[in-house]
Amino acid sequence: MVNITINGKLVQAYEGEMLLAAIRRENIDIPALCHHEAVEPYGACRLCMVEITKNEWDGWKNHVTSCLYPVEEGLIVNTHTPTVIELRKTILDLFLASSPHSTVIKKLAAEYGITRTSYEEVPDSTDCILCGLCTRICDKMGFSAISAVGRGHGKEIAPPLKEPPPDCVGCLSCAYICPTHYIQFTDNGKERTIWGKKFKLLRCEKTGLPTITEEFAAYLIKHREIPEDYFKINDLSHRRELALKMGQITQWGREA
Amino acid sequence: MRISTPKQLKELQKKFQDRDNKLAKKIIVCHGPGCLASGAEKIYQEFKKILSEKKITGITLEALKKTGCHGLCEKAPLVAIEPDKILYTHVKERHVVDIIEKTIKKNEIIPELLYVDPQTKEKIVRYPDIKFYSHQTRIALRNLGHINAADIDDYIRVGGYQGMVKAVTKMTPEAIIEEISKSGLRGRGGGGFPTGRKWATCRKVEDDTHYVICNGDEGDPGAFMDRAIMEGDPHSVLEGMIIAAFAVGARDGYIYVREEYPLAVINLQIAIEQAREYGLLGEQIMGTYFSFDIQINRGAGAFVCGESSALMKSVAGEVGEPRAKYIRSVVKGLYDKPTVLNNVETYANVPLIIEKGADWFTGIGVKKNSGTKAFSLVGKVRNTGLIEVPMGTTLREIIYDIGGGLIDGRPFKAVQTGGPSGGCLPDTMLDSPVDFDSLTKAGSMMGSGGMIVMDDRTCMVDVAKYFLSFLVSESCGKCNPCREGLYQLYKLAIKISEGRGEEGDLEKMEKLSDMIILGSLCGLGKSGPNPFLSTVRYFREEYLAHIRDKKCPAGVCRELIRFEINDKCDGCTACLMACAYNAITGSKKQPHVINQELCTHCGACVTVCTRNAIDVF
Repeated sequence: MVNITINGKLVQAYEGEMLLAAIRRENIDIPALCHHEAVEPYGACRLCMVEITKNEWDGWKNHVTSCLYPVEEGLIVNTHTPTVIELRKTILDLFLASSPHSTVIKKLAAEYGITRTSYEEVPDSTDCILCGLCTRICDKMGFSAISAVGRGHGKEIAPPLKEPPPDCVGCLSCAYICPTHYIQFTDNGKERTIWGKKFKLLRCEKTGLPTITEEFAAYLIKHREIPEDYFKINDLSHRRELALKMGQITQWGREA
Repeated sequence: MRISTPKQLKELQKKFQDRDNKLAKKIIVCHGPGCLASGAEKIYQEFKKILSEKKITGITLEALKKTGCHGLCEKAPLVAIEPDKILYTHVKERHVVDIIEKTIKKNEIIPELLYVDPQTKEKIVRYPDIKFYSHQTRIALRNLGHINAADIDDYIRVGGYQGMVKAVTKMTPEAIIEEISKSGLRGRGGGGFPTGRKWATCRKVEDDTHYVICNGDEGDPGAFMDRAIMEGDPHSVLEGMIIAAFAVGARDGYIYVREEYPLAVINLQIAIEQAREYGLLGEQIMGTYFSFDIQINRGAGAFVCGESSALMKSVAGEVGEPRAKYIRSVVKGLYDKPTVLNNVETYANVPLIIEKGADWFTGIGVKKNSGTKAFSLVGKVRNTGLIEVPMGTTLREIIYDIGGGLIDGRPFKAVQTGGPSGGCLPDTMLDSPVDFDSLTKAGSMMGSGGMIVMDDRTCMVDVAKYFLSFLVSESCGKCNPCREGLYQLYKLAIKISEGRGEEGDLEKMEKLSDMIILGSLCGLGKSGPNPFLSTVRYFREEYLAHIRDKKCPAGVCRELIRFEINDKCDGCTACLMACAYNAITGSKKQPHVINQELCTHCGACVTVCTRNAIDVF
């Protein structure tokens, strides 16, 4: 364990963990839009920045993204100094100019007292804040079907050549992790569409309910050592079967 | 043939020197970027044709040589005659016969091809007498213009690989690092981090693999120092890298070159193959247990890939985005292994420091800023080109002595140093020395070494706007303050230049700049607001003129200017022809008039007018 001070309170943190985890454990609310436990920290939204110093630094202070800064013995952290709040306000103000219609951004900005951006609204704005969560989760799942395209102010998230992505299996991880709900998909129980690619859904042989996409099932069977007939029925039917088996076992036990 | 002892290398050097001394005269055709663009290759071929067709006594094809950049790009293409040190400028194909007939055969000078001093109007025969060259000290550029880049023998002839052989056979890695630390060599890529300290940290990290990388991703507009070194003297970079690899214990090295430098890629590849043939790269170098090899990685020309962590990602085949460097790349760099990354120019300095010693190096330059720095001097200066001066040289010396002053003798307004994220310095700073610390203190930075001179017809708001637009499109787009913050800063600069600026805009921009500096992830973002901050620091009045008076004093910002024809007009109709919008009317030999409603303020008329008859308001 390492000892750190957060907002004047001495707390213990686990070796190797990032500052953000220790701060959140203390129930201190600092926003972080590009952070998610499922993927490696990235440091793109800059909202989780905090002020750090140490007694031996002779008053020298640094501002770091807490999602990426590993805890160190003797670290003194301040999460709500005037400079930090000023910075968060500026960033939210900028986000509000680039994604003016996003409810998530609007709500967060309002918490910091900003209801209208003081900058020029970006033309053709979208709700995408380029946090990179979708591409990171896609990489982590092993597909790498989408990626950041271009650079500078014109950067966007897109499949290769902006065509339906050949490597996408329709698992929807990107849509679920998206903090601003920008990534859209349709699912009518038979067919699913995401990134312009159509997927056929498998159906449970017992209940007739849709399960996952054919491509996703094929991928899991091939790469995750899952039995071939596993996806013929859905999770509910799997549980029912299991319950039935458990019941039989207990029944036999009683008979014996 | 493998070179495996220092003696063998000395013998080779002697052999190549003797071979060279036998040549009575050498014709050197500069093949730097500037000269190639103005037809150096054709001149070379013409020389080759004539020399191989005609039998001229005392001169053979061996005497003809193509070299890297001479530096005086303004006067390209350049041809030098050695050993007389004669320099011919603006040489055309038709001059080739003359040069052979007169200068080579009869030792006659061709006056019309000589350099003319802009101040004294005197014709100068020998290039060491030209102020452009006499005020320079060349270390990193030492061999440019003297050796054939595609020939390792020529590099060995001028003393190449002596430093590396000394390092590998006679010194310990610790001694090398000690020597580099003592020399005070600082990173020439712009950061100015002490090279010795970087190597020492990397060596101390315990790991089975260390990497050495050379950053050749020079992306600043108007900068070409690294390009010139890689194209004209690739072996000096390799030699520096081999010494670095030996010092930190690396087995593999990478050179990251941008694809836009095709000749640099070719020459580096040739150099690597030649060094391998001589056993200077590869297994068991100089018969020791030290093995090292180098690969070339070609970058796609993203400005951000010059940033160390983005560069390493790009080398590894990932998207070139910087990462937070709370754990430094000397500890965890390429493939998460300890990595030394230095700039081309830094590596080019290393062999000489090892060969001549740290004391020699600290004798050049000023305290804490030893050695020299190469610059590409461009803009409104008479002698544009590639230069190298000792640290601590003043801006005035560089611009007026080496650069020969401003074109047409116009007043100096500002000099931009440090590339897009550097800053603009006004005439009051002309006497400040050029070194890492002084430039940073003045609000600019050393950067990789671009130097753009601007005259009184340059609008500083326009300059800030241009560099901001560059940074907005070259930001990697990863973090919010850089991507969105610089974009908004750029939009505000446009607003001011179009005359829509309001009171308080400057303060808003300054506040936003502070936040971008504080919040950005990498050095690009942290220095991104510099074009604005340095111009507003020294030229605030000019900004205010745009905002309050809706005027552009330099007559650049289109929305704020107006052209009018004065009574000097003699009706030559040149402007009438040049105007694409039919905004100028008038008959021959009668004063012309500009229709203000049709005029788009493009300035084409001003450019063609030879009578100074068009005023800009």
